[in-house]
Amino acid sequence: MATLRDEIYPIRSSDDIVKVRQITREWALMQTFSLVDQTKIVTAASELARNTLEHGRGGEVRIQALQEGPRRGLRLTFTDQGPGIPDLAKALQDGFTTGNGMGLGLSGSKRLMNDFDIQSEVGKGTTVMIARWK
Amino acid sequence: MEKRTKLAEIVGSQQDTILKDWVDFQLNAITLRRDLMKESELREQSREFLNLFTQAAQTGSDVGEATWKPVKDFLGQITRSRVLLGFPPSETATFIFSLKQPLFDVIRAAVKDPKDLVTDMWTTTTLLDKIGLYVMELHQQNREEVIHRQQEELLELSTPVVQLFENILALPLIGTLDSARTQVVMENLLQRIVETGATISIIDITGVPTVDTLVAQHLLKTVAAARLMGADCIISGIRPQIAQTIVHLGVDLSEVTTKATLADAFMIALQRTGATVTKSAASKTKG
Amino acid sequence: MERIPILKMGSFLLVTVQVDMHDRLAMTLQDDLTGRIVKDRAHGVLIDISSLEIVDSFIGRMIGNIASMARVLDAETVVVGMRPAVAITLVELGLSLPGVRTALNVDQGVELLKECIEERAQGNGHVAG
Ligand SMILES: Nc1ncnc2c1ncn2[C@@H]1O[C@H](COP(=O)(O)OP(=O)(O)O)[C@@H](O)[C@H]1O
Ligand SMILES: [Mg+2]
Repeated sequence: MATLRDEIYPIRSSDDIVKVRQITREWALMQTFSLVDQTKIVTAASELARNTLEHGRGGEVRIQALQEGPRRGLRLTFTDQGPGIPDLAKALQDGFTTGNGMGLGLSGSKRLMNDFDIQSEVGKGTTVMIARWK
Repeated sequence: MEKRTKLAEIVGSQQDTILKDWVDFQLNAITLRRDLMKESELREQSREFLNLFTQAAQTGSDVGEATWKPVKDFLGQITRSRVLLGFPPSETATFIFSLKQPLFDVIRAAVKDPKDLVTDMWTTTTLLDKIGLYVMELHQQNREEVIHRQQEELLELSTPVVQLFENILALPLIGTLDSARTQVVMENLLQRIVETGATISIIDITGVPTVDTLVAQHLLKTVAAARLMGADCIISGIRPQIAQTIVHLGVDLSEVTTKATLADAFMIALQRTGATVTKSAASKTKG
Repeated sequence: MERIPILKMGSFLLVTVQVDMHDRLAMTLQDDLTGRIVKDRAHGVLIDISSLEIVDSFIGRMIGNIASMARVLDAETVVVGMRPAVAITLVELGLSLPGVRTALNVDQGVELLKECIEERAQGNGHVAG
């Protein structure tokens, strides 16, 4: 698997969420994803960037453009050093929220992408990796 | 160090000779497809490649080095256009491999010491082999992309959306539905809904032999998406076996309007859009 | 401060949401819109999202909130112009915008609002009679 591009962006403010959406859109276009796929990826990125900011007290996203044979992919890894998630299974349920959200960010992103991986440790932080392939 | 630069030096000083011989080789090769590319274009491509090749060779013959990137980029560009023009792989390979002879000729003339000659020849031949392989890989990759795209285009062709009446669309599905095809079909339908402003769409599955869970779910998702956009869908032509399968699979169709035939669905659609159908006097007297 | 414009169309309000709305802007819109419904005595709100390239759960929640608040203030809300890619994505995300009416474009949205308001007027008539 080849990495065509690899960059890191901060997520510290609500403007950064908009920026992450824009960058993700650009990269998805570059990887020639269809419009529907682009929309799915950008939406998932928006959800997870907001989680990083609101639940994780800020962090960063690493975005990677990948190629494996004729298949192209986009991977995003959101990392924060926030409070962590005590019960992952619960957090991944549709509608579960500890704030006043809709509780669809994690479960929904998982459905929107091909790969989804979440690591979290209470008191240490959370890392969510998502990828989509075409 | 001296040996590494020798190739570049020779090539640099004899670029014109090499170019002429190389182009001649290519023009005489049996793989040449004059129908696909003009001679002037071939000459131009060869000239540019040789320029980039000479520059890169000055830094050594390791094509993995960043200095070889311009050469690779250029090859990427011409391979892509060749694939699109329908060039066979042999022709793309010939472009590189036919450079061997002209290079050997100038090296043989320039290097007197037999030991050096062997080394230089070896360096050159491995270098060109590597580049040749790289080009073949590029060609293959580009072919795969073209095939992939053609498959997608074919999918779109096989899914016509027809307008039945002012605000009514129909999507008559025929043949086996796999997940990929269903997805394309449904995206097309939603796009047409936006373009036409049609408030009701009939998805007719009379011509679909079987429906599996994934396909049933795609159907439902499409109905849900259309609803979010502000349009309704009716599914018609659900045959008894398919109805059974759908129930067995645990797919809930209760939220969706279903009709036995496309005609029934059309009548409902007309009613909902406020249109009425009456028989004309002539057909009444006949009937 | 940046704001999303609210236009008055007869007894309806039209909000055209621009591309890439950030969170603060969304919150401001909720406040502005409820204020305007009362001030203009609007009976209907049209939210045109045809230029939105994505709707995530945050924007979805905001739209739902606006519809609920409008209902409390005796106004109907219709969301118009959702793009196919956005709709497909929302379904996958699991968001169905319950309680929000939708229409393909502004014209159909206006028709739908008129129908809703008529229905409600008739309903009220029954109660009164
Ligand atoms: N990065 C994070 N750090 C800490 N907790 C998180 C993080 N992401 C998600 N969570 C927890 O998981 C829950 C579910 O997240 P999500 O599905 O996005 O719903 P929502 O954000 O609407 O609450 C959140 O309410 C929060 O408790
Ligand atoms: Mg969230």
